[in-house]
Amino acid sequence: MADTPKLVLPDIPGLRNIDTYIANGGYKDAIGKAFSMAPAAVIDEVKKSGLRGRGGAAFPTGLKWSFMPKGKEKKKYLLINGDESEPGSFKDRQIFEFNPHQMIEGILIASYAMQIDHAYIYIRGEYAHWVKMVEKAVAEAYSRGFIGSRMKEMFKPSGEGVEFSVEITVHKGAGAYIVGEETSMMNSLEGQRGYPRFKPPFPANSGLWGCPTTINNIETMTSVPPILKMGGEAYSKIGDPKHPGTLLFGVSGHVNKPGVYELPTGTPLLDIINIHAGGVPNGKKIKLVIPGGSSMPPLRGDQLEGVKMDAENLKAAGSAIGTGGIMVMDEDTDIIHVLTRIAKFYWHESCGQCTPCREGTGWLLKLLKRFDAGEAMESDIDLLHDVAFNIEGRTICALGEAAAWPVRFTVERFREEFQKRVKPGLILESPNRVHSLRKGGLEPVQVHVPVVERV
Amino acid sequence: MAIFSDAELQEISELQKRYPSPAAYLLPVLWRLQDKRGWLDDEAMEEAAAVCQVPKSHVRGVVSFYTMFFEKPMGKFHVQVCTNVSCMLCGGEELLADMKQRLGVQNMERTPDGMFSIEEVECMGACGGAPMMAINETFFEKISTQEANEVIDQVVANGNIPTPKFVQQMPELSEAANK
Ligand SMILES: Cc1cc2nc3c(=O)[nH]c(=O)nc-3n(C[C@H](O)[C@H](O)[C@H](O)COP(=O)(O)O)c2cc1C
Ligand code: SF4
Ligand code: FES
Repeated sequence: MADTPKLVLPDIPGLRNIDTYIANGGYKDAIGKAFSMAPAAVIDEVKKSGLRGRGGAAFPTGLKWSFMPKGKEKKKYLLINGDESEPGSFKDRQIFEFNPHQMIEGILIASYAMQIDHAYIYIRGEYAHWVKMVEKAVAEAYSRGFIGSRMKEMFKPSGEGVEFSVEITVHKGAGAYIVGEETSMMNSLEGQRGYPRFKPPFPANSGLWGCPTTINNIETMTSVPPILKMGGEAYSKIGDPKHPGTLLFGVSGHVNKPGVYELPTGTPLLDIINIHAGGVPNGKKIKLVIPGGSSMPPLRGDQLEGVKMDAENLKAAGSAIGTGGIMVMDEDTDIIHVLTRIAKFYWHESCGQCTPCREGTGWLLKLLKRFDAGEAMESDIDLLHDVAFNIEGRTICALGEAAAWPVRFTVERFREEFQKRVKPGLILESPNRVHSLRKGGLEPVQVHVPVVERV
Repeated sequence: MAIFSDAELQEISELQKRYPSPAAYLLPVLWRLQDKRGWLDDEAMEEAAAVCQVPKSHVRGVVSFYTMFFEKPMGKFHVQVCTNVSCMLCGGEELLADMKQRLGVQNMERTPDGMFSIEEVECMGACGGAPMMAINETFFEKISTQEANEVIDQVVANGNIPTPKFVQQMPELSEAANK
């Protein structure tokens, strides 16, 4: 474990302090190198690094940046996505708290590469505390001249100052998962309801206030300075070649040491769970793992051997990397109950613009509630699958898939769990409860689920 | 009208310049109003509409879209319990049920004395500290039902929110500190 590089959250105590950050080469090494290059060369360096977005879709970052028009006719904006509302994700928060200046330096470099006029950091309202931390960091960076008009004198790579400056503003959200979707976030920042926009036009052509806009995740931004420091080539050799670098894996649920672990991409999932996160309490078996936040397809406990945590390998294993939020459920977990809760979340968060999503999420919830209460019929299993399947690909934004995937893949991979629930007079061998606060006194009990016969 | 003082209006109009349109400053203005009044009443929405130069109907639409804006008075101490997956796996539902019973209120209701209200919330980004509860902006993570009750006791006794016991650390550093 010792030699795995920590690039996003290095082991430096007090790094959130601007002086400590500067003492460790901050606001100098990486950005100095960037400013000594032409903007297009910075984009090339990021392309060479193979960096892919950390916000969920793992889209190549350099490529995304290259979509921005070069001209100066309109203002250009950078929107940094700190909405972090996907259940199971709690990594960006660590950056706000422990390494905000590296995030800011990354934003400055990205802004230079795309010749951005103004960058907005959008942070979810629930993170009020962390919004204040980031606001403080931004204010400090302003007061030192690292952001804004004084940048020109502060950064002098080759004697004379750089001809570039950018403004950064922190914006606080007010509670809505859907605002994490990129075009919804643009509407929200503009002071509207957070409805996703139809694409095209794509943000690089018409984003915030109709101007060219790029949107990137917090962790993506924070990964940029190390790339400039070590060079794109060297970065591309860390972890999996098709999805290089380090990722912040947030591990939660039934593990002994939940938390955020920074590891190279391609780290085996079972190593993360068993070695880094300390394994499952009481040596219980794993029943199910959701590897990338609640909208990603769940994997069965017996499917985990050899699964590696990067975009391509996870895809091959039948799931997706998402935000790297790993949720572990032990053998006593009532999967139907958990899935019902997941369905409730997406039903609650659907913005209601598209019929398949608005109606479909309601149906998924209604059907799952029947299973949860022991009131479902055998035919409901296929109905559930059908409803999920018919949402996918028929909506404006990807919340449709986010709602459908967990349901569809749970039905496909845990069909027996559903079948158990439709047998009359069923007794579950595992307790019909989901928590593992089983420190003492909570003996596994057999629970009788009354199955109602319906005609 | 005139919830904001002249000095505040001055400050707002300065900050508003960081956006190309005054309407973009709507969420920050609503936050300021809610911080002052505890919720967003008709008068507050009118003020927001004037400051951001948008129709009041637009403000109403925005307020109703976001879960953190309240359209009715909430308790001075707004208790939020997450029951999403990671928290549920660690006892979030039980914690919520216990808090409801303790405070004697249902979801999005407040106690008759106006002190407490309760909300079942979606994932707060504290999954590694599950189960979690928040009071206003303060997160209490890795909190047992008993500890949660003690926190409420302290709020009742002292009239303010105690400092949480669980402090978030970088996992690597906390491990080193454990050695
Ligand atoms: C429903 C939905 C919610 C999303 N939530 C987030 C989020 O909370 N944080 C985030 O960074 N990206 C989120 N995304 C992905 C963003 O739309 C966008 O792809 C991402 O921020 C781009 O950044 P990246 O290229 O750096 O990954 C969400 C997408 C969808 C469809
Ligand atoms: S898919 Fe759902 S959340 Fe996305 S725009 Fe359509 S209704 Fe809204
Ligand atoms: S699931 Fe409760 S904080 Fe994330």
